[in-house]
Amino acid sequence: MDSAIVSREMTEALGVTAEVGGKSVISIRDVSKIFGAGETAVTALDHVAIDIGQNEFFTLLGPSGCGKTTLLRLIAGFDYPTSGELRLFGEDIARLPPYKRPINTVFQNYALFPHMTVGQNVGFGLEMLGRPKAEVAARVDEMLRLVRMESLKNRRTSEISGGQQQRVALARALAPQPKVLLLDEPLSALDYKLRKEMQIELKRLQHETGITFIFVTHDQEEALTMSDRIAVMSGGRVLQIGTAHEIYDKPTERFVANFIGETNFLEGEVAGEVNGALEVRLTSGATLSAGKPEGLTPEGRVTIVIRPEHAQVVADGTASSFAGKISNVVYFGTDTHYYVTLDSGDEFMVRQQNSRRALEFAIGTRVGIRVDEEAARVLRD
Amino acid sequence: MVDLPVQAGSLEAEARKDAARRNRLLSSPAILIIALFGIVPLLIILVYSFLEAGPYGGVVWHFSTDAYVNFLFQQDIFSGALTFAPAFLLIYLRSVLFALATTVVCLILGFPTAYFMATRPQHQRNWWVLLITIPFWSNLLVRTLAVMFIIRDEGLINDILMRLHLISRPITMLYTNFAIELGLLYAFLPFMVLPLYASLEKLDFRLVEAAYDLYATRWRVLWRVVIPASLPGIVAGCLLVFIPALGAYVTPLILGGGKHMMIGNLIAQQFGSGRNWPLGSSQALILMAAVLIALFAYVRNTTGKPTNG
Repeated sequence: MDSAIVSREMTEALGVTAEVGGKSVISIRDVSKIFGAGETAVTALDHVAIDIGQNEFFTLLGPSGCGKTTLLRLIAGFDYPTSGELRLFGEDIARLPPYKRPINTVFQNYALFPHMTVGQNVGFGLEMLGRPKAEVAARVDEMLRLVRMESLKNRRTSEISGGQQQRVALARALAPQPKVLLLDEPLSALDYKLRKEMQIELKRLQHETGITFIFVTHDQEEALTMSDRIAVMSGGRVLQIGTAHEIYDKPTERFVANFIGETNFLEGEVAGEVNGALEVRLTSGATLSAGKPEGLTPEGRVTIVIRPEHAQVVADGTASSFAGKISNVVYFGTDTHYYVTLDSGDEFMVRQQNSRRALEFAIGTRVGIRVDEEAARVLRD
Repeated sequence: MVDLPVQAGSLEAEARKDAARRNRLLSSPAILIIALFGIVPLLIILVYSFLEAGPYGGVVWHFSTDAYVNFLFQQDIFSGALTFAPAFLLIYLRSVLFALATTVVCLILGFPTAYFMATRPQHQRNWWVLLITIPFWSNLLVRTLAVMFIIRDEGLINDILMRLHLISRPITMLYTNFAIELGLLYAFLPFMVLPLYASLEKLDFRLVEAAYDLYATRWRVLWRVVIPASLPGIVAGCLLVFIPALGAYVTPLILGGGKHMMIGNLIAQQFGSGRNWPLGSSQALILMAAVLIALFAYVRNTTGKPTNG
């Protein structure tokens, strides 16, 4: 009973602060999580700082063991941070139990209650909050309509398919109108076609409910297509936070560039700076203008990254950044991948769209490679 | 070539016959034991309950329903008039109360224990199970006598309380209802803990997290998720405690001192000093019938209503 009161009080209190526009909903400040102690201690989260805004679809992206699920569990309240602050609308919630946080979770394996019907599952949260029966019933119907499951209200959860269970789990988590919805790899158990369908469904639900979504995934494609912003994590640290465009086009770390999409890495030396961009002299001797991460002035040897679609294969001798010999050509219908062994010995991949005007090059041909303007980026390492 | 399909068909039939023969062979020892030592004695008891008691025990082969009539009524020696005599019925009621109390207290004590065991790390759990089963390593009679030595007037508890000057005279515990109840609890607690543990160990603790996440307090999580999900274990534990507790013999005999009887003692008495084998047989059958009826009622009430998927 007391949880209901606390939550309602909290919701009201939060309602006031929420009107201060532009403030972040969830603010993770310098959070660390260490499991165990002494020599066996494992650092799962290492001074993580993230601010997530109102109505944002925020994704935590990284390989398994990167700490993304641990971070989600801290936000949900299943675990407490070793150090740092976790704020919800400015209020520190790091030590509140899960039932006192207006945050709900969609679990990886849905965790639907097997001894209850679909409707009872969806209504559980509101019932625990002590809402009147009529309100719970109306809200359950509304939620089931939202996820298009009205007809299965009285089914048992063991009698419905994986995709349907997924929808029920969503409806159950959304029914109490949480301030933040956490989604722990909710689509990983679905087959490809259903996953695509649910991706669209999730975006629609987020749009219709206006709730902040924090989505955990290891699937970079899923992250890119769905998120407003992405935090790329590895080894318990947040490597880069940004929009899908920023993460893809302007990766600041080798890990980020490598984890998301295909990439060419080239070594070079900083030769100077022109209009905020660095002039990098590559090992081949050619000079390339490359953007750099904010607040960083690299010197000496640097690595630059160029996406395969940000370069073109051109006939040798024409104005190009560097030259090499085509070692392999793979035809993909819409585009063709050229693998070029540069004069410096590096491998370079170019993804070129096929059009009637595009030139075709055979294996063994000497070609030049022209890099698009502002396509090259200097990495932080 | 032509008769090949026929051959194949007969081969298949042959194989099926072989399998049937093998199954019969495998199950025959168990069936034999159950028939010889389960069904045959039961039939003997059934027949005995409809006979007349012999003067020095045994039975006289003469049909009679006296054994059943005497369960509820007393027959006047001279007039033959029947008067309602609830002495046996009261012992049955007492036994049911003892068994119920044992079941409820075992459940209350056993559930937290089983929950604790099920939430230990995997490698520790087997040690806890081992600890729970240690009492089975020694005989129930020996363990019951040990309880007796602890609770008697000069026993461990009274001795300590007297030395601490908390009491001036020993508290009488032995040969009371309390002693019987204590003995029953001690004897049957493991039978409650083990099925509860088996059930709780399979519990998906993500369901517990999901309930916490959906604003359920710890107490509500217990009632709404943990208990419903572990219902099969609760039912199994209750049956394993209630049924043998109802027919307990050694515990009330030793700790009740013969003054406080339970059904088991009553039946034993009919075959011993009571020298009324038909009455003992009928009492045993009435107990069995009552348990069976209760079980059937339970099964009929729960089938159709699914408990835990």
